Amino acid sequence: MGLRLNVSNISKSYNGKTVLKDCSFSFDKAGVYALMGQNGAGKSTFLKICSLLENPDTGEVNYFSGSGIISNDLELRRRITLVLPKIGIFNTTVFQNAAYGLKTRGIKGKDIENRVEKVLDFAGLLNKADQNALTLSSGEAQRLGIARALVIEPEIFFLDEPTASVDEENTRIIENIILNMKKESRSTIIITTHDRLQAERLADTLLIIHNGNIKAGTASTPLSM
Amino acid sequence: MYSIIEAFKKAFVLILSLDPELLGIILLSLKVSGTALLIASAIGLPLSAMLGLRKVPAKGIFVSLMNTFMGLPPVVVGLFVYMMLSRSGPMGFLGLLYTPSAMIIAQTILALPIVVSLCHSAIIAVDRNIRLASQTLGATPFQTSITIIKEARYGIMSGIIAALGRVMAEVGAILIVGGNIAGYTRVMTTTIALETDKGNFELAVALGIILLTISLFINALLHFVQKNGTVEAALWD
Ligand SMILES: Nc1ncnc2c1ncn2[C@@H]1O[C@H](COP(=O)(O)OP(=O)(O)OP(=O)(O)O)[C@@H](O)[C@H]1O
Ligand SMILES: [Mg+2]
Repeated sequence: MGLRLNVSNISKSYNGKTVLKDCSFSFDKAGVYALMGQNGAGKSTFLKICSLLENPDTGEVNYFSGSGIISNDLELRRRITLVLPKIGIFNTTVFQNAAYGLKTRGIKGKDIENRVEKVLDFAGLLNKADQNALTLSSGEAQRLGIARALVIEPEIFFLDEPTASVDEENTRIIENIILNMKKESRSTIIITTHDRLQAERLADTLLIIHNGNIKAGTASTPLSM
Repeated sequence: MYSIIEAFKKAFVLILSLDPELLGIILLSLKVSGTALLIASAIGLPLSAMLGLRKVPAKGIFVSLMNTFMGLPPVVVGLFVYMMLSRSGPMGFLGLLYTPSAMIIAQTILALPIVVSLCHSAIIAVDRNIRLASQTLGATPFQTSITIIKEARYGIMSGIIAALGRVMAEVGAILIVGGNIAGYTRVMTTTIALETDKGNFELAVALGIILLTISLFINALLHFVQKNGTVEAALWD
């Protein structure tokens, strides 16, 4: 596989309150990891640190490709992506939202059109390409968030509660997108969820954050150990 | 009563006949205020972006200073620019006093804090998730800044239009530094002030009507921009 992520001994506290403590894990195989844990356990914090949006207080986040470590931040951030629960919609069309990641990379013209149309189709949003993205329903917005990230073909894909506040139908669509990615690509997908059945449907590996630490779990691991 | 009606009649004749003196005054007004607005925007927009998006030392103090300066009395600004530009002042050698340039300088000073304050507010009001989204999609810090500024576009336009409204209506500063010289530094507001003083109502009324029309137009524009800011987009891209 392409990119591997190694998190070693990271700690993070906010205003003196410890959220992550000496947390280590290696994401070294392709496939889907589901990250679970109670509200406030530190799942989102963990994903933000992994995707370089925040720095840990101590510890290291390292990405490897082949045998080498990748230290260029921008290069790294262009090979991974995170979709947040509030995706941050740009006040422009659905199409332009989906094209954003390609434009920042200097990709132009027909190439953008083809790739954007493909992911919008994948996310069931092609008929809404010209609509202002701020007018999307929350389920559609969540799908746009995923499409917008998919278009840049990330090697590691973090999804923070992709189906929170989404109805059953949209949850099914989003899960299918994730399962399709899992089938199609050799990328690593790391999602957080509160839905244990969803975790089982999607993931190869179940992880649990508890007391600031990350542990491999099984389907029967209780959430509050 | 008679004289008011008479003044309005003559004012309309002036406007409808496109009186060259009247036109000259209007054009100079637009030129002075428009140029001042352009300069204030060219300085104020990057400044407000820096204040809103980067870590700047003493940012808080600077922002509250700009907020305070939004209400600068025009006559005080006029006095200040006058002292700077007068022959004995530090910039007297430029010989700018009683020229349109002096008026542009004074109005730029009046417009700048409005542009900076309102644009800064618009930029910091942009949803935090926009910045995060931009970063997760691989934008450089500069690209992220541009994205945030684009998101703030309606607020930024409102700020610039509000500044235009202020300088177009202002009389104190430009009267002091421009001197209201006929055919050279006379603009709408200074003409109204001085012609009224002389009992010369028709030109004053004609200019009053036009000034009012312009500020109505500016307000309509402001309203339009603010209304659109919450609904439609696609102005860029
Ligand atoms: N920027 C911040 N400033 C202060 N505290 C924060 C900040 N970000 C997170 N926290 C705190 O850190 C803890 C972990 O938050 P985090 O969002 O990572 O939890 P989570 O596991 O994602 O929870 P949820 O399941 O509710 O999404 C919470 O107590 C939260 O209040
Ligand atoms: Mg969370």
